[in-house]
Amino acid sequence: MNALKRWFVPARLDELPIGGKAIAYLLLGFWSLVVLFPLYWMAITSFKLPVDVSTGPLYIPFVDFEPHLDAWHYIFVDLGPDTYRPYMNSLIVATCGTAASVFLGSMAAYALARIEYRPPVAAVGLGVLLIALLIAAVAWGHVDLRIALAVALALFFLLLRPIVRRARRHLSNDDILFWVVSQRILPPVVTVIPIYLTFRDVGLLDTHLALIITYATANLPIVVWLMFDFFDGVPREIEESAQIDGATRFSILFGIVLPLVAPGLVATGLLVLILSWNEYLFALFLTTANAQTMPLLVAAQNATRGPQWWNMSVLILIMILPVMLLTLTLQRFIVRGILVGAVKG
Amino acid sequence: MNTPSHASSVVANERGSRARVANWLDRQAPFVFVLPTVLLILAFSIFPLVASAYLSLTRFELGEGGYQLTFTGLRNYVRLFSGSQQYHFTGVFRAPGIVSIATIVIAVLAVIYWFYRYLGSDGRSIMGTLGRSISAAAFLALVWLAANTLGGGGALGSLMVTIFYVVLGVALQFLVGLGLAYLCTLPLRGGRFFRLLFFLPLMVTPVGIAYMFRMMADTSIGPLAPVWSWLGLGQISWAADPWLARLVVVIGDTWQWVPFMFLVMLAALEGTSREQIEAAQLDGASAWRVFRDVTWPSIAPVAASAVLIRLIEAFKIVDLPNVLTNGGPGIATESMTLHAFIEWRALNLGGASAVAYMLFFVSTIACVSFFQFVVRRARGDQ
Repeated sequence: MNALKRWFVPARLDELPIGGKAIAYLLLGFWSLVVLFPLYWMAITSFKLPVDVSTGPLYIPFVDFEPHLDAWHYIFVDLGPDTYRPYMNSLIVATCGTAASVFLGSMAAYALARIEYRPPVAAVGLGVLLIALLIAAVAWGHVDLRIALAVALALFFLLLRPIVRRARRHLSNDDILFWVVSQRILPPVVTVIPIYLTFRDVGLLDTHLALIITYATANLPIVVWLMFDFFDGVPREIEESAQIDGATRFSILFGIVLPLVAPGLVATGLLVLILSWNEYLFALFLTTANAQTMPLLVAAQNATRGPQWWNMSVLILIMILPVMLLTLTLQRFIVRGILVGAVKG
Repeated sequence: MNTPSHASSVVANERGSRARVANWLDRQAPFVFVLPTVLLILAFSIFPLVASAYLSLTRFELGEGGYQLTFTGLRNYVRLFSGSQQYHFTGVFRAPGIVSIATIVIAVLAVIYWFYRYLGSDGRSIMGTLGRSISAAAFLALVWLAANTLGGGGALGSLMVTIFYVVLGVALQFLVGLGLAYLCTLPLRGGRFFRLLFFLPLMVTPVGIAYMFRMMADTSIGPLAPVWSWLGLGQISWAADPWLARLVVVIGDTWQWVPFMFLVMLAALEGTSREQIEAAQLDGASAWRVFRDVTWPSIAPVAASAVLIRLIEAFKIVDLPNVLTNGGPGIATESMTLHAFIEWRALNLGGASAVAYMLFFVSTIACVSFFQFVVRRARGDQ
């Protein structure tokens, strides 16, 4: 009885009993296996010949099967440009989209953290009303879009001043922040069809620019949300003294504050970069061949000649290896980025 | 002419105008900072949202040199609930049985009790009652739908399949993530190693995960084939069974998103006060009681926020079912986003927008309800 007790009752409070330790290691080990095994399987499959795959599972390279570079050769040499083009597309779209959304989002987040905005409710209402009228005029009245847009803009600026002067109820920074962040709830499939039609009309379908714009917009809420918190954590005194010295708001933001929140900036940038790199839905709707990105290339492997596991594995590996390397080197930052978002709620 | 004084005055002039521009920019800074963000969101988020609402009320036809939209009222929505797309969206209805009727009755009673308690409390308000009515109506509609399409000759449509992915997926991710985080706070060696390892799946592209789990689930040449045949399940084809196929999708999604829950809950657990826990331990409380009475109350707000974030993203699921199962067998694994995509590919843009809008309604009601009734209560600002 006593021997059994020693297994489950710790000798000291800050230590686990041996039995508890064993169970904990068993569970942790089990999940490690769950995490690693699919990755391991994909890695070895990329070195298999078709015959090694179709004869049933072979587990250990050099023992069960002889590793070959055939699949790698096929992807990099035989397919060559058909692999590099989507890869470059993904690279361009993800980095430009991330840069744009981090740049614009940080500016907005900084402004919302430091400058007090008081847009009158009536002015926002006027904007909404004019947009509704604009859409009605174009959809039902068959008015030319450019004329309707010009009239709406002119009306907006004409009516803005008297409304602002008389306004009583104002929105606050929190309202604006909530409005921006709440865009994340919007499922992308709701917005993608009109975006598709718009880009079709202006001839931007299947271009980098189309994806860069949509990715930048889709990720703005995340950037504003995370960066707001990082900016909010910077003490105001530094900026106030710089302002007294005559520094402009731009030089304060880019010269003083951004370097202070660099870790947060890296975290946010990485998160957005990974999201854009893996993005599937927008690319599926908006690209066909020229601007096709890697997730689409990987997904398309299915349709061609039955599942060719070895080639797919190579493609998936070259997609996730850069992300893994980048994340492992900058691991501290990205964990922080994820945490800020969730812990703050 | 080119005297030094002249040159310096030009420079000064230039400096003056540049300073004026900089000055003007500085005064406009509040607008310059937020304007791009606001314009982008207006143009590529709000405008499409409104345009999509209009599209969902029209019939789309490709015409000469462009397309035509014909206003058709609510026809696209009616089709989803009682027309040609009903089997696809709402599902195939079964004959009502005892279990389905009992489920609906229990749900109705639960909602009535919920309202009774709310209207009897001090915090009641008109807005609160209205919000609760919307949530309750959506909840009852979903329960009714589930009771009428689950089992007994019925089949799920993309609406219930999406709900299934969201509910089971997020619940699994939360429980596994919390469990792993708890294990990692124990005084064990190798904690750092496990933390790094458990983080990995978050970096794998979802399309890749889809193929990985297709390989894992293959019962003839997949790595687990010996296990299946040893269990006598070697002949089962997961791709032909609707529930097995859905389960594989949920498992793939869970594999990817457990790390997120793990990281967040780990941070929350590490933020709880050690003194309180040790005091409870000294009082002789069991590990379970310590967790329930000391740890859980302090991590509940973070847990609720983390679940909300996952909930928002989970409704958008598309890549996993599309690549893993192609939505099959039949339409059994189609999520609402995938359903909208398939309609779009068939050039039925109105129908696609209607499905997308239903997803928008369902996910917004679900997320706002969760925020109002769970997150705010967990944070204690009720």
